[in-house]
Amino acid sequence: MNSGPIIQVRGLRKIYRVGKVDVPALRGVDLDVPAGEFLSIVGPSGSGKSTLFHVIGGLTPPTSGSVVVDGRDLAAMTDAARTRLRKRTVAFVFQKFNLLPNLTARDNIAVARYIAGMDSKPDPAFDEILRLLGIGSRLDHKPSALSGGEQQRVAIARAVVNHPAIVLADEPTGNLDTENSKAVLEVLRDLNQRLGQTILMITHNPEAAAYGHRTVHMRDGRIVE
Amino acid sequence: MTGKLVLENLKHRPMRSLLSILLIGVPVTLILCLVGLSHGMIADSQRRARGSGADIVVRGSNARSVTSQSGAALPEKFLDYFAKRPHVAVVMGVVSHSAELPLIVNGVDLDQFNRMSGGLHYLQGGPFRNSDDIILDRYYAEQTKKRVGDSIEVMNRTWRVCGIVEGGKLSHILVPLKVLQNLDSANGNLSQIYIKLDDPANTQAVIGQLKQSLPGYPIWSMEELATQLQETVNSQGLHAFILVIMGIGVVIGFAVVCLSMYMAVLQRTREIGILKSLGGSKGFILRIILTEALLLGAGGTALGILMSFGARYVIETFQPASFQMEIVFSWWLRALAITLVAAILGALYPGLTAARHDPIEALAYE
Repeated sequence: MNSGPIIQVRGLRKIYRVGKVDVPALRGVDLDVPAGEFLSIVGPSGSGKSTLFHVIGGLTPPTSGSVVVDGRDLAAMTDAARTRLRKRTVAFVFQKFNLLPNLTARDNIAVARYIAGMDSKPDPAFDEILRLLGIGSRLDHKPSALSGGEQQRVAIARAVVNHPAIVLADEPTGNLDTENSKAVLEVLRDLNQRLGQTILMITHNPEAAAYGHRTVHMRDGRIVE
Repeated sequence: MTGKLVLENLKHRPMRSLLSILLIGVPVTLILCLVGLSHGMIADSQRRARGSGADIVVRGSNARSVTSQSGAALPEKFLDYFAKRPHVAVVMGVVSHSAELPLIVNGVDLDQFNRMSGGLHYLQGGPFRNSDDIILDRYYAEQTKKRVGDSIEVMNRTWRVCGIVEGGKLSHILVPLKVLQNLDSANGNLSQIYIKLDDPANTQAVIGQLKQSLPGYPIWSMEELATQLQETVNSQGLHAFILVIMGIGVVIGFAVVCLSMYMAVLQRTREIGILKSLGGSKGFILRIILTEALLLGAGGTALGILMSFGARYVIETFQPASFQMEIVFSWWLRALAITLVAAILGALYPGLTAARHDPIEALAYE
């Protein structure tokens, strides 16, 4: 693990407006994540885990507080600047895989590179990642022809193809059986150990959380331990 | 990559794509058919006027434009007067009668007509022998499925087809001059007089002399007739009609693309969220939607062009004398431009809606 926080969150609050009602999703979160850490975040539904990811990933701005990601304060960023952040700095892995159904696995990965303004052909180092993920022979299939585990590994490949500083994995094993869950978690751990990839992972499963270096617990919009 | 995304999207919902293309193609076909018919019918009139062999045409003083052909306001005695003018080689008097629109029956003296036009080329039968004889050109014979010896109803009268001729000379339907004069109570009168000169180079000089001696009578060279035919048809509302059809085309194209793309954006809300989560900007999302709309527009134009060939085949097969349709290539680009403008306008609202989607809501969309 490298030293120095790549994510620094201070006094983060996020309030959603639902109709005429303000719904606080984050009520003052402080968090430091050193570069290269594999951090597990656990907590009950509605505790604010996903909202924390959405803010760190720039999908939504914080209501107050500061969120510094790779040296840049998201609170001061425009929507367009936060969009640019997602091209190369932060990448998501979702519970529902979220692959584009009309494209092959290879093209799903290529889209991420295209949006980031890079050649559609990945660099040679990516071959090693594909080998690690074990999906080399499945790249020309569309998501509908892939198993859940394979789809999630393609989603992981898409997330890391641009070598982002941070991968945010939101319940990446939530839709997988035990065997596929184990495979995906081992892939994440390998990426972290071999490439030093910083990974934040939300999970409900204590066994999955154990793959991380550290686990933080959230409840009612706060980190409680 | 944008192209691949768009193509895969179109392929993913083939029925939606094909229906959109078909609906965009229909107004394109309408525009191309209308323009093709106006070009084809004017060209046919011009070809037949030139095929008469004349250099000058004189109409009755009541003929306000080149398209006024009915009525017989020219005294027959003008024939002798014209025949004695310098440089005049042959004169021919014709009575015109509107039959089923847009066809015109011409009453002719075949001797005069043969001397002027160089003679009719008979595919079947021969010249008039009786007062109820009628000569059809091959287009009208094909349209009415008539052969020599058959009876045919024209102008509420039964005629016997005595000859079928190659087309392109004066009219699709010819009857004896005297018979048509009787029918129209126009004995001693003509609708128009055609004049052939010893040398076409004298045309303007002869027209100048005739206009001096016959003020108020429309006198045109055949070239002027051809040009004025085009201009008059355009000025008589055809241009405005084409503009209206183009307007309808834009509105239909706009509505089809707007509806189609709006549905597509709704169906792909989650995919838009995915692209945004990957860092796709609003401009990128808008570009995908607009590119897809442009492709639908281009596909609709191509289909519309293909269908216009089909329309021409149907017209040439079933109505070769009444209607002539040309494929007007210069209008392909205009039709494409009209369709693309409609497609862009139609895709703007759905595109902007997609671009403004909140990525979190879009990703949660089921």
